[in-house]
Amino acid sequence: MRAALIRKILFFLVILAIVVPVLFPFLWMLTSSFKTQVDIVAWPPRLVFSPTLQNYERVFREQNFLKYFTNSSIIGISAVSLSLLMGLPAAYSIARYKQKRLSMFILIARLMPGISFLMPWYIIFSRLKLMDSYIALILSHMLITLPIIVWIMSSYFETIPIEMEESAMVDGATRQRAFLSVVLPIAGPGIVTSVTLAFIFSWNNFMFSQVLSMERTRTLPIAIYNFVSYAEVDWGAVMAAAVAIMAPAIILTMIFQKYVVKGLTMGAVKG
Amino acid sequence: MAIKRPKGSFLEKNLHIIFPLPAVVFVIVMMLFPVLYTLFLSFTNWNLTSGMPLSIVFLKSYQKVLREPRFIAALGRTFSFTALAVAVETILGMIVALILNREFRGKGFTKLIMLLPLVSTPVAIGIVFNLFYDPTIGLANFVLTRFGLPRQAWTGSAATVIPSLAIVDIWQWTPMIALILLSGLASLSSEPYESARVDGASEWQIFWRITLPMVTPTLLTALILRTIDALKTFDIIYAMTGGGPGYASETLNVMAFKYSFEYFRMGQASVILVFLFMLVLFMSLLIVRMRKSLEL
Repeated sequence: MRAALIRKILFFLVILAIVVPVLFPFLWMLTSSFKTQVDIVAWPPRLVFSPTLQNYERVFREQNFLKYFTNSSIIGISAVSLSLLMGLPAAYSIARYKQKRLSMFILIARLMPGISFLMPWYIIFSRLKLMDSYIALILSHMLITLPIIVWIMSSYFETIPIEMEESAMVDGATRQRAFLSVVLPIAGPGIVTSVTLAFIFSWNNFMFSQVLSMERTRTLPIAIYNFVSYAEVDWGAVMAAAVAIMAPAIILTMIFQKYVVKGLTMGAVKG
Repeated sequence: MAIKRPKGSFLEKNLHIIFPLPAVVFVIVMMLFPVLYTLFLSFTNWNLTSGMPLSIVFLKSYQKVLREPRFIAALGRTFSFTALAVAVETILGMIVALILNREFRGKGFTKLIMLLPLVSTPVAIGIVFNLFYDPTIGLANFVLTRFGLPRQAWTGSAATVIPSLAIVDIWQWTPMIALILLSGLASLSSEPYESARVDGASEWQIFWRITLPMVTPTLLTALILRTIDALKTFDIIYAMTGGGPGYASETLNVMAFKYSFEYFRMGQASVILVFLFMLVLFMSLLIVRMRKSLEL
């Protein structure tokens, strides 16, 4: 009995040893975002302090953060929607016609270093006067979102029994009709997984926006980066900005936890 | 199960071409052409700021870049950063996965926590770690001094910058390896374990003889994917150190970025990129090969 209890406590401590280091940077970021500059630079670091909202106020009032928030959302949502439009039929075809090479080809976009397309884009978009345009940013982000959607959805479609479509087709439906009205409606969980992950990776992207966007289309990761490159770092405001950037992705992850785990780990586990 | 006979309208007969067509055209236009263009530029000496038209110099840019000590150093650094980060992530990830591979209360919550680093914005994470590493107010040095250890410069010194950056990568990506292995472990059949226990094998033997061989395919794929991403690490390095101090944390990706968008030496930047994507391509082909051979 006692041995069992001790084992239980030991195991709990081991779990803590895993969870705490993972969680700690988030907690430190969150608490620092409520600290004044004086509390932040205090030595030794202060655990007890009187919280303030002034950092958030500064970030949202003075730094135009809402605009960057909107930009990130517009770009992320557009890139994901367009990728769904192109990616779902492609993924279906890959799954049903066993187009392994095609899937590899699209996957390479996920593996290639982004900068090897970014430099040509920069030259081309400058020529076309598309720098700092939503079009350029959405197109570039689609190269992040499309492979994720195709990759996740093609494995998802493979798990849907082909008999579903075949029975619809026996009833006279065309294959494309069967895809639209039989397969897609039951592919919900797969779509949720791929959309969530694709959006998060677009939201977090730094490199493409750093080069292709300026003031008008600037996204959140660039905004926070610019914050720090000023001479004196306003740590409180930066931490508040970091919290604001990460909140949407973290909230999405909490809501769709099951799907996100699946999406991130699938493919590696025998695929 | 593959489809045998297409029938019906033109669309239906050619569904396997028409359905993927938009996505394929998009990837060709947005990825394949740019990559080929980069390859072409690597044979030129094009410099965007010089105002001179580009001229083809064949392998001159390659010679120039290969003779550049900064390039050789960046190449080596890319490898050492990747090797350090991925090795630690694999070992830690395996340990964490083995610990979590049982039923306990709070397992769902633990997995949720593990997901958070994976979905965090790398730039923001880099900045949070910069606050930890700050030599005067940072928590990292506070912890060191508490244990009676000397203060470190962390990302501020050439000697410690790569490990300091690798720690950030390890923090962010160990959970991914752990989660992948965890789902790999969960899919193993329990039969070999039962018979091994009956034969009186120790936990250690069971791990080496049964668990490890069975999760090897999963582990390898996770490892290669992670290696590819680590070779390309850009956000945290650029945001935390900008490749500094000096060039002490400049990897190939960061160097190529600076050559392209700070010095506008497009020809030489392309050479660096050719090397980088040859590395990545090599690793990618390795994935394909390995999956093929393991599935047989």
